[in-house]
Amino acid sequence: MAAAKLKIALAGKPNSGKSSLFNQLTGLNQKIGNFPGVTVDKRTGFCQLDEATAAEIIDLPGTYSLYPRTLDEKVVAEVFTDQKGAFYPDKVVLVADATNLKNCLLLLTQLMDLQLPTVLALNMVDLAAKSGQSIDINNLEKQLDVPVVMLNARNGTGIEKLKSILSVPIRASSKTIYKSDDESKPLIDKIRNKYGLTSDYEAYQFLQQAENLLFLPKADREFIRDFAKQNNFFAHKYQGAETIMRYEFIQDLLNKVILRSSNEGWKKISYDIDKVLTHKIWGYVIFFLILFLIFQSIFAWAQIPMDFIDTTIAQLSHKLDDIFPQGPFFELVSHGIVPGIGGIVIFIPQIAILFAFISILEETGYMSRVVFLMDKIMRKFGLNGKSVVPLMSGWACAIPAIMATRTIENWKDRLITIFVTPLMSCSARLPVFTILVALIIPDDKLLGFFNYQGLVLMGFYLLGFLAAIFSALGMKFLIKVKERSYMIMELPTYRMPKWSNVGFQIIEKTKAFVFEAGKTILAISIILYVLASYGPIDIMNAAKETVRSNTITQNLTEQEMADKIAAYKLEHSYAGQLGKTLEPLIKPLGYDWKIGIALVTSFAAREVFVGTIATIYSIGSTDDTPTIKQRLKSEVDPETGLPRYTLASGLSLLVFYTFAMQCMSTLAVVKRETKGWKWPLLQLGYMTTLAYLGALSIYQLLK
Amino acid sequence: MVPGETAVISGFTDDDISVKLLEMGFLPGTAVRFNFTAPFGDPVCVSVSGYDLSLRLDEASTISILN
Repeated sequence: MAAAKLKIALAGKPNSGKSSLFNQLTGLNQKIGNFPGVTVDKRTGFCQLDEATAAEIIDLPGTYSLYPRTLDEKVVAEVFTDQKGAFYPDKVVLVADATNLKNCLLLLTQLMDLQLPTVLALNMVDLAAKSGQSIDINNLEKQLDVPVVMLNARNGTGIEKLKSILSVPIRASSKTIYKSDDESKPLIDKIRNKYGLTSDYEAYQFLQQAENLLFLPKADREFIRDFAKQNNFFAHKYQGAETIMRYEFIQDLLNKVILRSSNEGWKKISYDIDKVLTHKIWGYVIFFLILFLIFQSIFAWAQIPMDFIDTTIAQLSHKLDDIFPQGPFFELVSHGIVPGIGGIVIFIPQIAILFAFISILEETGYMSRVVFLMDKIMRKFGLNGKSVVPLMSGWACAIPAIMATRTIENWKDRLITIFVTPLMSCSARLPVFTILVALIIPDDKLLGFFNYQGLVLMGFYLLGFLAAIFSALGMKFLIKVKERSYMIMELPTYRMPKWSNVGFQIIEKTKAFVFEAGKTILAISIILYVLASYGPIDIMNAAKETVRSNTITQNLTEQEMADKIAAYKLEHSYAGQLGKTLEPLIKPLGYDWKIGIALVTSFAAREVFVGTIATIYSIGSTDDTPTIKQRLKSEVDPETGLPRYTLASGLSLLVFYTFAMQCMSTLAVVKRETKGWKWPLLQLGYMTTLAYLGALSIYQLLK
Repeated sequence: MVPGETAVISGFTDDDISVKLLEMGFLPGTAVRFNFTAPFGDPVCVSVSGYDLSLRLDEASTISILN
């Protein structure tokens, strides 16, 4: 392997097959990170070009030009103009959709003007051939002075050729398209000299969008902005003229190299599909059927691997108890850290299934139709067609969902989507819902067909969804932002998904969840473990004796005794004391201090509720739902002598968990995505208030 | 315009949005075809420069056409 690694960037417009090419080049040898300073996913991987040369491949977000429209796209201009930057590429592969060259070449001409050594990869040549198009490749190469490779990134045709071209030095194209006019020339010269830039076009980019080039020190960005303003450099006017000029060049070029143009006949099938999928009735029926299928699979199919993970972790925890010697450190490992990791791993099946669906829908081109179908409706609520994907993902987990909002161009729309997504009932609420619904709703069937419990469960999902939609509506009127909302989006031709891309997507998203959310979940579960296991030292030490003397007449078995001691310890731990302090506050909601403890421990992650309830009612270490259910049923309110879990208090708890934030990792992600504590704190305050008031009114009404 | 109709772009009425439209291939002098609308009449699907795009009505209405 060569000592200094080549850096090769992949650029191109969305839907040009860039990720297929990236997957082909790097295989499983890829990793996802962040570009420094911004929260844009950076996909990099290694590729052995030939025996002697290895290269680092950087997959850039898909863009039509250097002018960014979304947060993700800002990175592209930055990478290409920051010559000293860690990601400044030695070579660029411009991936173009051969069936639609015109729009793909815009970015290529900009890269040529930046004098970047570029290879033009004409992807989807199979489709181009099918469409009857024929291109004179040699002439294209000559006219552009850029090497051209024919590619089919889906089956790998042309990959070896591309590798061999990349393994030898490439020089930048000798052609320049951009020419400064008389007015801008002196400005460009000044900037070019001041920063020692290699091309006029780079200086022009500095003038155009210094505010997006975060590698420049703030003072420089301000200097360039003021300099442009003083000299009447109107960015928009120049940008428009530049685009028209580039397209003139491209049209000229295409007239020379396209021997036979495509007929649109091959798109006919796609149009026919659209007639059904965007139909005013069938379009929505099909969309909801797909939603239903996704829903069904997240809850039914994912249950099998989740149960398996659950039992494995519990067994591991027990086994470690047997192996380890006694001591606080080992207990922390077997009862704090191992279940903490289990709490992360258990969500992997649901997240993987959800992203399998989302990525299939994206691969086929259906997702952009969903955006198309839903935009008008979503806009009424202050959202945007592109909010649909994050909201749907919110059913599995708010963390990847919030990360998926980055495709929304408009900041206000994006912020509202981030704000309301955690109200969508995520999978962590499910264990809480299941146990409470099973407890208070009879297991009967309506009309002998619909299960009451199932209906109530669905009702709570609907409640969360409605809360999200109406909170968005409220925010629409509260937030005043002077930014126009755009929705200019390509509707790609339908095609079969490429399964390996789906696979890569699943791996990528799951990894992101495990490492992003996992860190927080793990840290918090350790803290909570400590809070729930330790308390004032004298009471804790005396726990065994106190319980023994209190229960001396009851003739308990050893197991029952151990459970009683565990419950006693939890009651007197710091977490228990917090629960008791909360009691006056939560009494109007129908809860006692025992539920208070569960609220405290599940503050960081909702699913902890079930485990805490199990411990506190001294059911000990069983995670068995029927057992917990039996025990909760017999729990009596000491003041009234009636059962603790009535319809009123049960529904009140369900409402509380539907609305409450109760997820530390979501807060952490929101903080990262909105770059500050303002929004996560507002969100926490809003959701907790909503949960409290909702639970309060339900309990007081039904009591 | 009605679905299925084709027209030639003559210019834009909104500077702000025109740079984005230009970039996507809405060039003065090129043909644009109105394919179909979403169920509530908005957004609309159009073909321009060899591909299909979705536009909101208020974006589409900034494009002037020759008839």
